[in-house]
Amino acid sequence: MNLKTETFQRIDEVITHYPVKRSATLPLLHLIQEDVGHISDEAITWIAQKLELQPINVLEVVTFYPMFRRAPIGRRHIKVCRTLSCALSGGYKTCDTFEKEFCTHRGEISPDGEVTVEFVECLASCGTAPVVMIDEVLHEKVDVTKAKQLSAQIKAEAAARK
Amino acid sequence: MPAPEQRRIIFQHIDEPGYTNDIDCYLRNGGYEVLKKSVGRKPEELIDEVKKSGLRGRGGAGFPCGVKWGLVDRKSGKPIYLIVNADESEPGTFKDRYIMHQDPHQLIEGTIISCFANNVKQAYIYIRGEMPEGARILEKAITEARAKNFVGPNILGTGYSCEIYVHRGAGAYICGEETGLIESLEGKRANPRIKPPYFPAVLGLYQCPTIVNNVETLCHVKYIAEHGGEAYAKIGTPNNTGTRIFCVSGHVQRPGYYEFPAGTITMGQLLNDVCGGPLPGRTFKAVIPGGSSAKILRFGERFKGKRKVGAEMVDYDWGVEDVPMDFDSLGMIGTMGGSGGVIVMDDTVNMVEALANINAFYSHESCGQCTPCREGSLWMKKISSRMVHGDARPQDGALLKSVADQIPGRTICAFGEACSWPTQSFIAKFTDEFNNYHEAKKQPKPAAANVLV
Amino acid sequence: MTQPAKPDLVTVNIDGKEIAVPKGTNVIEAARLVNVDVPHYCYHPKLAVVGNCRMCLIEMGMPAVDPATKTPVMDPATGKQKINWIPRPQIGCGTTVSPGLHVKTTSPMVKDAREGVMEFLLINHPLDCPICDQAGECKLQEQATGYGRGYSRFIEQKNVKPKRTQLGPRVTLDDERCVLCSRCIRFSRDVAGADVLGFVDRGSYSTLTCHPDKKLDHNYSLNTVDICPVGALTSTDFRFKMRVWFLKQTNTICTESSVGVNSVAWSREGTLYRITPRRNDEVNDTWMADSGRVLYKQVQSAERLASTASLDTLVAQAAEVFKAAAGSIAVVGSGRSSVEEQFLTKKLAAALQASVSLVSRTAQGDKLLISADRNPNVRGALVTGLITTLPSAQLTALAADIDAGKVKAVVSLGEDLAAAGLSAAQLAKVAIVYLGTHANATSAAAKVLIPTVTVFEKAGTFVNQQFRIQKFIQAIPPQAGAHNDLAVLAKLTTAAGAPAPAAEVGTLWPSIAAEVPVLANVLFKTLPESGVLLDAADWKSLPFVEGETLHYKPTAAAAAVASPQ
Repeated sequence: MNLKTETFQRIDEVITHYPVKRSATLPLLHLIQEDVGHISDEAITWIAQKLELQPINVLEVVTFYPMFRRAPIGRRHIKVCRTLSCALSGGYKTCDTFEKEFCTHRGEISPDGEVTVEFVECLASCGTAPVVMIDEVLHEKVDVTKAKQLSAQIKAEAAARK
Repeated sequence: MPAPEQRRIIFQHIDEPGYTNDIDCYLRNGGYEVLKKSVGRKPEELIDEVKKSGLRGRGGAGFPCGVKWGLVDRKSGKPIYLIVNADESEPGTFKDRYIMHQDPHQLIEGTIISCFANNVKQAYIYIRGEMPEGARILEKAITEARAKNFVGPNILGTGYSCEIYVHRGAGAYICGEETGLIESLEGKRANPRIKPPYFPAVLGLYQCPTIVNNVETLCHVKYIAEHGGEAYAKIGTPNNTGTRIFCVSGHVQRPGYYEFPAGTITMGQLLNDVCGGPLPGRTFKAVIPGGSSAKILRFGERFKGKRKVGAEMVDYDWGVEDVPMDFDSLGMIGTMGGSGGVIVMDDTVNMVEALANINAFYSHESCGQCTPCREGSLWMKKISSRMVHGDARPQDGALLKSVADQIPGRTICAFGEACSWPTQSFIAKFTDEFNNYHEAKKQPKPAAANVLV
Repeated sequence: MTQPAKPDLVTVNIDGKEIAVPKGTNVIEAARLVNVDVPHYCYHPKLAVVGNCRMCLIEMGMPAVDPATKTPVMDPATGKQKINWIPRPQIGCGTTVSPGLHVKTTSPMVKDAREGVMEFLLINHPLDCPICDQAGECKLQEQATGYGRGYSRFIEQKNVKPKRTQLGPRVTLDDERCVLCSRCIRFSRDVAGADVLGFVDRGSYSTLTCHPDKKLDHNYSLNTVDICPVGALTSTDFRFKMRVWFLKQTNTICTESSVGVNSVAWSREGTLYRITPRRNDEVNDTWMADSGRVLYKQVQSAERLASTASLDTLVAQAAEVFKAAAGSIAVVGSGRSSVEEQFLTKKLAAALQASVSLVSRTAQGDKLLISADRNPNVRGALVTGLITTLPSAQLTALAADIDAGKVKAVVSLGEDLAAAGLSAAQLAKVAIVYLGTHANATSAAAKVLIPTVTVFEKAGTFVNQQFRIQKFIQAIPPQAGAHNDLAVLAKLTTAAGAPAPAAEVGTLWPSIAAEVPVLANVLFKTLPESGVLLDAADWKSLPFVEGETLHYKPTAAAAAVASPQ
C-alpha cells in the first residue's frame, strides 16, 4: 500500500486508541481516503491484514457508510444537503446551480475533472440552510447567487493552478 | 403573552464575540474549576446530584440521565466505557455542532466529570463524519486538556486516570442509535443490537458496561456538578428540568438555536416572538417539533384533554401555538420533543412533496436489518416519489399509511418509529392533500415554492 | 452413561396451553413443544439469535402483581391471575421463558404483524418460484400460504440485485431472493470458522456476498444452502436437477468418518440426487461436510462392479477356494462394513478357522464433523468381537504369512489389499475371494469376485466414535448384478460348513443381541433415529486415533495418541 509516511504513522497511532483492533476500521478508512482519495480493493485487503480481519469485514463496512468512496472523484467534492430543512430553503436549486456551473450531473466527475457534485443527507446545520460542504469546509446559506460565487471561486483557483 | 427570556447555560458562550475554542479562553472563563472541585468529591455524590437534577437526555428520547447511570453494571469486574454521542444526525437538529465547534472544552469537562462519577477510564467521542472540522477541534481540545492534566493519567494528582479519544463516523444516521453507535465504534456495520440482552449498561462496547450520553447532556452534567442537582431542578418545570435548546429551521424569519428554561415557552412564542414569525406574505402551515421523525403538527388543529398541573388535573384546549415545548406536553398531543429540532413549513409547501423528501431520507438511512423498516421505508419512498414524479393515485395516501402502520413497534430499534411516524402523521393530518394530489399536481405551484424531492 | 441433570423447568402458557419447559428455552422452541408453529426465518436453533426477520413476533404477557403489596392481582372475570399483555409484539426467538409467561400466537396483533412482514418480504422478491430450486421447501412459499395476505399492493419497481453469483465452487447465490436473514453469515463465521460472507450496501439494497479474495470454499459451504430459508443459496450440484417434492427421503449415516453424521438420502426411482444432514444434537447438530454429500455418486460410478453370474454360482466358486485352501485362509474384514456384516464376517472367519485383520484408514480430522478415523465402523468391529485391538494401515502380518506359505487364500470384505501394502507378487500367490463395490487392484487379482452394494442400497448399523450405534435405511434398490453383503456373507458361511445364519438385518438382530453382550438390549427395528450410546467400558483404554470434534472429546488414552494432530 502506497501511503504517505505521515499516514502510516497516524494509522499506527490510532490503532492504539482501542483495546480491540477492529475498532480502528473506520479511522483507517478515513485516513486512507484522505491520503489517496478513495478506498481501493487494495486498501480493503491492506486494512484487513493490518487489523487482522477478513477482507469481507472491511468490505461490509466500506459499503455501509456513504462517506467512503470506492472510486476517485473530482478534485473538489461539492456536497449539497438534500434533506428537509435545506430543501425547504432551496437546496435543490443550489444543487442544480452547481451542476450547471460545472456541466455535470450529481454523482459524476465534471468533464474538466474539477469537481464532483453530490446530494448528501442532513449535514446538521439546518438553521443556516441551504448548506453545502466543499471538501471539508461548510458553507452556509448557499442560495443560487452564493452557489455561483463559490463555483466561480473554484474555477478561478483551477485556472490559477494551470 | 410575550416569550420568556432566553437562559443560556449551555450556549452561554456560543457566538460570544471574542470567545475562542482554545483552552486559554476557556480557563479565563472559569473553565475546569468544576472538574477540580468534582474530583475531590465522592463519585456516588455526583451520581446523586445528577439523579436529583432530573436531567433528561438531550439526544432525543429524553431518558433520565440519572436512571441511565443507575442501570450500569458496576459489579461485572469489566471496565466501564462512556461514549459521547456526537452523531447529531436527526434532521432539524444542530445544537451539538455549535458546542463542539465553539466551546469544546465545556463538553470535555462535562465528559471527564461524568467519567469520574462513573469510574470510567476510557471515553470515546463518536462524532459524525460530516464534521471533520469539529473532530479536529475536539482532538486539539483534548490535547490541550491533557497538557493541563485534566485528561489522561493521574488527573490533577488524584490518582484517577481517564483517556478520551475522538472517533469519526462516516455518514450513517443510525449511528445515533446507541447500540448502532457501539457496533460502529467496534468497527462494524452500525446494526442496532437486540435488547434484551444487549443493554449498553450491561453488555455495551466490547460487551462491557457502557454509558452513551449526548453532547448537550454531558454539558448539563457539568452545570449540575457546579450548581447542584437541586438548583438545576429548579430551572424549568417539574419533570422537564434545566434548559432546553431549540433548533429552529425552515420557514421562519430568524432560524437558529435558542435556549430556554424547559417548559416555559410555547410553540407560538418560539416561532413568532423569538423566530420572527413566517416569512413575508406567508402563513405557517405545519411544524415538526422534535427532529424530522417527530409527528407533524398542523396549524389550525386543536388538542384537547386533561393534564396534570401540580397535584390536580386541568383541562387543556390548545392550538399548535399554545403547546408548551416540553417533553411531556408534546408527548401528550401525540408527538415528541425529541432532539429539539423544530422544522417549520409554510403555505408554499406541498405536504406530499415534503413527505417524499423525508421518506427519501429514512429509506437511505435504514440499516437494513429488520424486515419491516428495511422494506417499508423504501416502499414508502417509492410510493411518495412516484406520486410526485410519476402517476399519483387517489388511494396512495391510504396505501402509504397502511404500509407505515406495519412498521412501528416491530423492529429492533426506534428507527421503525422514526421512519413511519412522518408518514402516519402527514397523512392523518393532511388527508385531503394526499387524496387530491393527483389533481393538485396539475396546477401551477406557488412562485415561492421550492422543489423538495 | 450418566443421565444429564434434570433441567430446571419453567411453566408457561402458550395459546392457552400450559407447559413446563426447560429454563433458557425461547418462545419458538417452547411453542414447538405444544405443536404451535411460530414462523421464522432468521432464527436457527444452532445459531446465535439476531432477531432481524421479525416474522416470529408474538403477543406476550406476564401475570399481574400489585407493585405495592407484591401479591397477585386477580381477574374477577376468570377467577385467575390477571395477565398484563405488552401492547407491542415481541420476537419469539429473543424471548426466553420466565415463570408464568403467557404467549398468544394467533391474536389479531400477531396475525397483523405476520401479514405485514410477509408482504414486506415479498415486495422486492422476484416471485420466480417456477424456476426456483427452493420451491417445495421454501419458507417464503410456506409462510406466504400460512400467514400472508394472498394479494399484492406493490406497483413500484422492484430492486435489482445480482443473480447467479458463484459464491464458491459449490454454492450459487441469487441475491434478489435473499431475505437478508444472515443465517449463512452466522453459520460460516461461528460454526465453520470461516468468516467469508457478509452484506454490502445498506437498507433494502443490502446484498449478500463474499470478498473476491476469499470465496465460500470451505468444506461446510453447503450447509448455508440447507439453512437458507429461501431460494437465495442453492447447491450448484443439485441445481435444476429435480423438483424436491418428487424425491423420497431416507435416513442414512454418512460413511466419511467415524463421526457418523446423520443424513438424509434424497432419491427418485432408484436414483440418488442429493444428501443433506439430519439433525442429531448429540452428533452433528444440523450440519454435514460437503465432502460427505458427494459420496452418493459412488453408486453410479463407472468403476462399479457387477456380475452376470448368479450369487449361488459365485458362492460355489468361493466354496472351491475354501476347500482348496482349508486351514490356510485369512479374512480381511472392514471398518466400513456394518455391524451386522461384521457379525457375519466373524461367523465366516470362525467357520473357515481363519485369522481376521482389519485395515485402518486415517487422515487429519477437521475438528468439526470429520474425524481422524475415516472408517465409519471400527468400533462396530470391536463391539462384535471381530477384532480386539485397533487395526493398522498395513497388513504386514498377512504379507509375512503369505510369504511364508501359511496363507493360501484371502477373503476380503471390500478392502484393497494392494493399498494395504500387499505386493502384486503376494496377491498372485493367493486365491482371493473379493466382496466389493468398486474395481481396484484386488478385484482385478481376485479369483472369485462377488459384487456387493453401497451403503445407500442396504440397511444396517454403524457404531460411531462415541460408541453410539446408529442405523441407516436402504434408500434405493441394489444396482443390477450386485448382491447384498449380508446375503453373500450368510451363503459363504454356509458354504464354509457352518449352520446357515439369518441373511437379513431384521432377522439377524435377535442373534446379534443374544451373542454380543453390549448389544443385548438393542434391536434394529426399535433403534431410535438418534441412535443409542453403548457401554464402552471394555474399550476405554484403547488408543483411538480421533481428536476432538463437535460432540466428541477423546478419552485420556486416545488424546495422548491424537495430540500430534
